Amino acid sequence: MSIFDKHEKIETNATLLLVLSLLVVTIGGIVEITPLFYLQNTIEKAEGVRPYSPLELAGRDIYIREGCYLCHSQMIRPFRDEVERYGHYSLAAESMYDHPFQWGSKRTGPDLARVGGRYSNEWHVEHLIEPRSVVPESIMPSYSFLKDTPLKIENIAAHLVANRRVGVPYTDEDIENAAADLAAQANPDADTSGVEERYPKAKLGDFDGDPTRLTEMDALIAYLQMLGTLVDFSAYDAEANYR
Amino acid sequence: MSKTEIDHISGTETTGHEWDGIKELNTPLPRWWLWTFYITIIWAIGYTVFYPAWPLISTNTKGLLGYSSRGQVAAELAAAEAAKGGIIAKIASTDVADIAADPELSRFAIAAGHSTFKVYCSQCHGSGAQGGPGYPNLNDDDWLWGGTIDDIFTTINHGIRFAADDDTRISEMPAFGLDGLLDRTQIEDVASYVLSLSGKDHDAAAAEAGKAIFADNCASCHGEDGKGDISLGAPNLADAIWFYGDTKLAIMAQVNNPRHGVMPAWGPRLGETTVKELAVYIHSLGGGE
Repeated sequence: MSIFDKHEKIETNATLLLVLSLLVVTIGGIVEITPLFYLQNTIEKAEGVRPYSPLELAGRDIYIREGCYLCHSQMIRPFRDEVERYGHYSLAAESMYDHPFQWGSKRTGPDLARVGGRYSNEWHVEHLIEPRSVVPESIMPSYSFLKDTPLKIENIAAHLVANRRVGVPYTDEDIENAAADLAAQANPDADTSGVEERYPKAKLGDFDGDPTRLTEMDALIAYLQMLGTLVDFSAYDAEANYR
Repeated sequence: MSKTEIDHISGTETTGHEWDGIKELNTPLPRWWLWTFYITIIWAIGYTVFYPAWPLISTNTKGLLGYSSRGQVAAELAAAEAAKGGIIAKIASTDVADIAADPELSRFAIAAGHSTFKVYCSQCHGSGAQGGPGYPNLNDDDWLWGGTIDDIFTTINHGIRFAADDDTRISEMPAFGLDGLLDRTQIEDVASYVLSLSGKDHDAAAAEAGKAIFADNCASCHGEDGKGDISLGAPNLADAIWFYGDTKLAIMAQVNNPRHGVMPAWGPRLGETTVKELAVYIHSLGGGE
């Protein structure tokens, strides 16, 4: 009887089978769970990544609510064709404050990881209202109702708190000023020094073409316009982060 | 444990058990399958030696081959640039006007600019650079900010009214109606006058009244004759090319509360060499001055 025929012993002994099954599951569990404790060393050292501003966070909620991730990825993979089309491949650091991340798994539309600053606000408004008015071959649905829907902002501070509980480094000051920062970022006449100090590189001003109202369109475009713009790649050491 | 029993029909060992008179054959796995399985296990061990695999406390094993997908893409991009035979370096070091004058460089720049245009510019300016409402047509010779190759280069490099770029081109038309600079009748009159500049159907009396209003309020940017001013990005109002519509209502809307086009600065995103290629391509479309 060779060693490979010994399985009969296990199969006919319930206690032994149970013990060995537990052993196998334990090894499998360790292999899957242990790496999670070392996430920190998979994140590159990249200058500039900051938590989302309250308005961007509200826009991100709308992005998730409308299921944008079903057709748009936010993950430029390290392949030549993707890098030449979309820009520098995505870094882990760029989505470290995403809960949950929006990498997506399917591109019916283009990747949006670096869409920030690529189009004007007006273009985004026209495109969200009627995608085919600017891209005739587009099959994206219309999201014109966003422009008519006032942005719900009552619980924005609680939203920052929730993010802090899962590890996003919002300060007490950020949370205290959340509602004010949200309003200031979308108001062209407001004092934005606080927003700019707390959220460097945040895009300011009216986004949806109607400065008198704060709509979901404002929030979504504020979010889209900052995507992928935080890291200054001229100061990023790529070779130190090869993996 | 039961004694080995051979099934007399198939000639194969049985498991030795019997359930209601049914016995189970203990057919061994095919040898080729079993050995392939063992080889994949050995292969996997070798793989973790040669490629990055095992997590350590603060890093991971790098593998004997030193492979990384990010290093590979950097190498591929470098190889692609090398394959272009130094022509990219030549474009980078040549002035944009001289690129257009050099047949070899301009041929390359136009092809490269065309493919860049399809990825980054067509969403606004159209796949044939034909523009659309609010987005200029780049095939004609009507230029908002100038149609020389250097002007085109500057426009692409720094954008139009792009807040993040300090050298961006900026101008802003006052909101004559919204800010109460002109009343509704005056706006109607001046719109009629603007229509008359390009010989479109208009109310002659209103246009006559609008002439003085135009001279006082509009001529400083759009010119006495309404032909525009490329240093201010003020459109030519005396031609048949219209940006936001050629009806009296569209003109009134623009005078009342003007829309201003915004174009991103492409220099920081694409790099100066690619912007040069784009400028040469746009200039070659037919309207370049």
